[in-house]
Amino acid sequence: MPEIRVTPLGAGQDVGRSCILVSIGGKNVMLDCGMHMGFNDDRRFPDFSYITRNGRLTDFLDCVIISHFHLDHCGALPYFSEMVGYDGPIYMTHPTQAICPILLEDYRKIAVDKKGEANFFTSQMIKDCMKKVVAVHLHQTVQVDDELEIKAYYAGHVLGAAMFQIKVGSESVVYTGDYNMTPDRHLGAAWIDKCRPNLLITESTYATTIRDSKRCRERDFLKKVHETVERGGKVLIPVFALGRAQELCILLETFWERVNLKAPIYFSTGLTEKANHYYKLFITWTNQKIRKTFVQRNMFEFKHIKAFDRAFADNPGPMVVFATPGMLHAGQSLQIFRKWAGNEKNMVIMPGYCVQGTVGHKILSGQRKLEMEGRQVLEVKMQVEYMSFSAHADAKGIMQLVGQAEPESVLLVHGEAKKMEFLKQKIEQEFRVNCYMPANGETVTLPTSPSIPVGISLGLLKREMAQGLLPSAKKPRLLHGTLIMKDSSFQLVSSEQALKELGLAEHQLRFTCRVHLHDSRKEQETAARVYSHLKSILKDHCVQHLPDGSVTVESILIQAAAHSEDPGTKVLLVSWTYQDEELGSYLTSLLKKGLPQAPS
Amino acid sequence: MKLYCLSGHPTLPCNVLKFKSTTIMLDCGLDMTSTLNFLPLPLVQSPRLSNLPGWSLKDGNAFLDKELKECSGHVFVDSVPEFCLPETELIDLSTVDVILISNYHCMMALPYITEHTGFTGTVYATEPTVQIGRLLMEELVNFIERVPKAQSASLWKNKDIQRLLPSPLKDAVEVSTWRRCYTMQEVNSALSKIQLVGYSQKIELFGAVQVTPLSSGYALGSSNWIIQSHYEKVSYVSGSSLLTTHPQPMDQASLKNSDVLVLTGLTQIPTANPDGMVGEFCSNLALTVRNGGNVLVPCYPSGVIYDLLECLYQYIDSAGLSNIPFYFISPVANSSLEFSQIFAEWLCHNKQTKVYLPEPPFPHAELIQTNKLRHYPSIHGDFSNDFRQPCVVFTGHPSLRFGDVVHFMELWGKSSLNTVIFTEPDFSYLEALAPYQPLAMKCIYCPIDTRLNFIQVSKLLKEVQPLHVVCPEQYTQPPPAQSHRMDLMIDCQPPAMSYRRAEVLALPFKRLFEKIEIMPELADSLVPMEIKPGISLATVSAVLHTKDNKHVLQPPPRPAPPTSGKKRKRASEDIPDCKVLKPLLSGSIPVEQFVQTLEKHGFSDVKVEDTAKGHIVLLQEAETLIQIEEDSTHIICDNDEMLRVRLRDLVLKFLQKF
Repeated sequence: MPEIRVTPLGAGQDVGRSCILVSIGGKNVMLDCGMHMGFNDDRRFPDFSYITRNGRLTDFLDCVIISHFHLDHCGALPYFSEMVGYDGPIYMTHPTQAICPILLEDYRKIAVDKKGEANFFTSQMIKDCMKKVVAVHLHQTVQVDDELEIKAYYAGHVLGAAMFQIKVGSESVVYTGDYNMTPDRHLGAAWIDKCRPNLLITESTYATTIRDSKRCRERDFLKKVHETVERGGKVLIPVFALGRAQELCILLETFWERVNLKAPIYFSTGLTEKANHYYKLFITWTNQKIRKTFVQRNMFEFKHIKAFDRAFADNPGPMVVFATPGMLHAGQSLQIFRKWAGNEKNMVIMPGYCVQGTVGHKILSGQRKLEMEGRQVLEVKMQVEYMSFSAHADAKGIMQLVGQAEPESVLLVHGEAKKMEFLKQKIEQEFRVNCYMPANGETVTLPTSPSIPVGISLGLLKREMAQGLLPSAKKPRLLHGTLIMKDSSFQLVSSEQALKELGLAEHQLRFTCRVHLHDSRKEQETAARVYSHLKSILKDHCVQHLPDGSVTVESILIQAAAHSEDPGTKVLLVSWTYQDEELGSYLTSLLKKGLPQAPS
Repeated sequence: MKLYCLSGHPTLPCNVLKFKSTTIMLDCGLDMTSTLNFLPLPLVQSPRLSNLPGWSLKDGNAFLDKELKECSGHVFVDSVPEFCLPETELIDLSTVDVILISNYHCMMALPYITEHTGFTGTVYATEPTVQIGRLLMEELVNFIERVPKAQSASLWKNKDIQRLLPSPLKDAVEVSTWRRCYTMQEVNSALSKIQLVGYSQKIELFGAVQVTPLSSGYALGSSNWIIQSHYEKVSYVSGSSLLTTHPQPMDQASLKNSDVLVLTGLTQIPTANPDGMVGEFCSNLALTVRNGGNVLVPCYPSGVIYDLLECLYQYIDSAGLSNIPFYFISPVANSSLEFSQIFAEWLCHNKQTKVYLPEPPFPHAELIQTNKLRHYPSIHGDFSNDFRQPCVVFTGHPSLRFGDVVHFMELWGKSSLNTVIFTEPDFSYLEALAPYQPLAMKCIYCPIDTRLNFIQVSKLLKEVQPLHVVCPEQYTQPPPAQSHRMDLMIDCQPPAMSYRRAEVLALPFKRLFEKIEIMPELADSLVPMEIKPGISLATVSAVLHTKDNKHVLQPPPRPAPPTSGKKRKRASEDIPDCKVLKPLLSGSIPVEQFVQTLEKHGFSDVKVEDTAKGHIVLLQEAETLIQIEEDSTHIICDNDEMLRVRLRDLVLKFLQKF
């Protein structure tokens, strides 16, 4: 029995280190290869030893697919390909291919240079890893090998994010990666066609949230920033260099312009300009509005937002600073946070999800006394605000996508178990499909029953179609043919053609039955009586009386002869071929009952 | 399968393919060479042009002198220029289901087709094709609309009058179908019918046919198309290039195993080497400028101009041209330069790598930044303030009949210091220059056509091995001007089928098979039987379901359980349906084994007689005989139905069912 098997190595009932193994039609595909920001030990990477106990990963995996450039989706890639060892193809979109190595290098620097970790991947490893990448276009059907094909769909979320369809024969799986079902200030909404996959693997970060309208959230955000700046406070917005940052920059830039504010806005890393450049060059991946107007005005050229210098953090007066990384777990954002945390005039706005273990997660869950390195305790007096600007689909969006793709079953990853449970029930109720939510290392097996494609000879097909396309409910028409299986080719042809093609002669099997009738009239008259009798009964059949005196029903021949001994008896010879067996058999038994008495 | 050929222009094709109940238009090219018969549209009132003498017949009859003007022995129509449309009468264009566009040059007739023929289908094209195609159309409309011309000549088109005109007007074809340019409104409406596609995207048409665009290497987003069903494959090759310029390289491998390959859009200058031409272009440009002259380059706003700017970028400093201004004048100049930088995914590998850095893929960004290249929407406005000579001007239209180029021809034509360099291959440069004669300006002809030449075509055909090649008739013979060059034509086996305008070709195609799906439940019930080594058979009885051109075989329904409680059915319902056929039989019956089997089943009085063709097996007691021959068996028995059925089943054991 063919089946599809799915095992999350990461992101199973969890957010972080997304990595999902899929076996479909004898092919093994790894979806994403992320790191976990909540851990600094072995647990930060997926457990690749699970994939194959012995043997090389390259032999086992047919390909690796990366959905987008966020580190929890690609952060383990150089470790996986260069340190564990994988030489097969890695597929991702062009923007992901462009941006991914930069974020990996950033991540590496923080881990090695700042934290002094040993045995981490090197810059060279990132380069070598990226050499294995094959870039894909949206909607392009990429033939990984003769049987395995993949196709990318637009996912919103961040620049270059994609959902992937993985297909072998008539079986398919769709993996959403992270996606967003509502367009935002710089990206469009995710879209997929009604591709009816056997399985849809979807993220479920916001499984239980129905977010209020985006406009309200934006207004709220601007109000908070404005108020803080007005009272002379400093606003820290921890972000990742690419993605949400650009959206919020566009938002603040237009607001500053409109309200004519003077407080400086800074962006913390040297990556800003570069990041904005990516958006400019990959403008075809942004939303309709930006694409339409980019010749006149490029939305990614900011007037009010300037590069940040470390020394600025101690400047007096209000300011707004975008600093990386987004979960306050390391780097510049954490440094600034430590400086500003003690002043209640200041504010930190967390615009995205924070995984467990990060400072961001701690302050969001209400902790106000943080234990820092070296047993230092940091008291947080600044205001802490959370605003969901993460471009993930909310519960409504997830349901919408399930409706669009019409999968046979759904599997949830990239979310919290409790929330998944709720969404799982909702999906099962609304769509009447099975929904799974395996934990890491747990395998879901789905039996599939793919139909078998064969070639039907056009002659046979047309003959059938000509006889009526509409199958009547009472008597469905049956198509008869012979399936010839030669090597891997399957051809369905008419029986005659099958014989011909194989060079075989037909063997004709014929039956002739003698039926005795009491009838003293001449043979011709008997035949005539048989004719009119059959004609009256077999209304739907072709009954003929031939000039030579014989009667035919379709291809069945009936002849009347005199009995050699008894002149009062006539012998009917009923003759038919095996193909008319039912009718022939029926006719003999019918004739055996005798003919109705004709008026003499 | 049929191919309706609506355009006679080999590089601006328009064909309609009828394939498996779908009607597919391949490209929508607009033949603009017709405009060469018209007088140029000057942006600024030109005394020279407005004072050209009217043309009169040999006998002095001057009734056409309002419509036709004479210039240096050539006669031109003094009217709004008109274009030669694809054939619209050969096939009802409202029945076209889809239009596939291969590159932005081949979509210029789109508004005529989508807006005026009752077309209701979808157009498929890549994003760069649509964006740049829009720019080309916008420029064209702008060029023509900003010089309103009151006069519209139609008298000369009268067949009887046209006969009297001098060449080439006399020989102009289909003049009655020539049309004026469309409006921007029509362009927008036409473009709104386009659906964007990516390379190697499989697009299903009505479940019957699948179409796929492939990179063709000629221009940004240019594509060839595969049109296929499960058993047939047509490749449509249009405007392809194997040279490494800026676009993604051509995908050749996917063209393999085609039944038919339709080949259009080869190079129009088969004897010129594009690399050599670019070199000549640069050196002529430098020479003129050094001598204090100006250079005029009539060009389209997108395409080869990117490559020329890139060459100049590398050449400017070494040739000492750093202080010479380069002007690019077109209503869409800015857009074209901006758009060229955002199609990273459609570029060749080198340029893609630059985007990853991230740097703009084309160096003209730097030329603009350093003020070496400046662009203007037209000669009016800012340009007149910035204009410095000597300079180099890139501007349209390459036909020299409209656009800012007309102004520069009038302005610079009288000085032999200046040079006009023709790089676009679409128009004969001599014809283009005709209404400007006499001309003192130097004319250099450096046509750069990167499309396939005949050597590349023959290599390509050897590589992809199509069963049949179909091409415009121009490609099946050497060019008229070089009739001895037998190498300048397509050479393939079997010989290419050629088409000309308004012809209908029946393509040599025999469809034999169609895909059908066997449902898993039905597949499980099949009993395969090996008939020869490696070949197995299974008889199939199934219900055929067809929906959206997809065929599925489902298991036959189970017979309804006997309805015992109800009244016995009427006799007529017991009559078997003669349409339920039994399978055919094959094989032969070995008599000895058959007799043994009979005996095993309790027939004791079996007697065998030999006949000329076989045997007769007699069951004496039952008065039954069985004639057995090589290819037939005949069971003749009396009234005993039970016996007959038993014998039948024994015979069937020796035979194979089909």
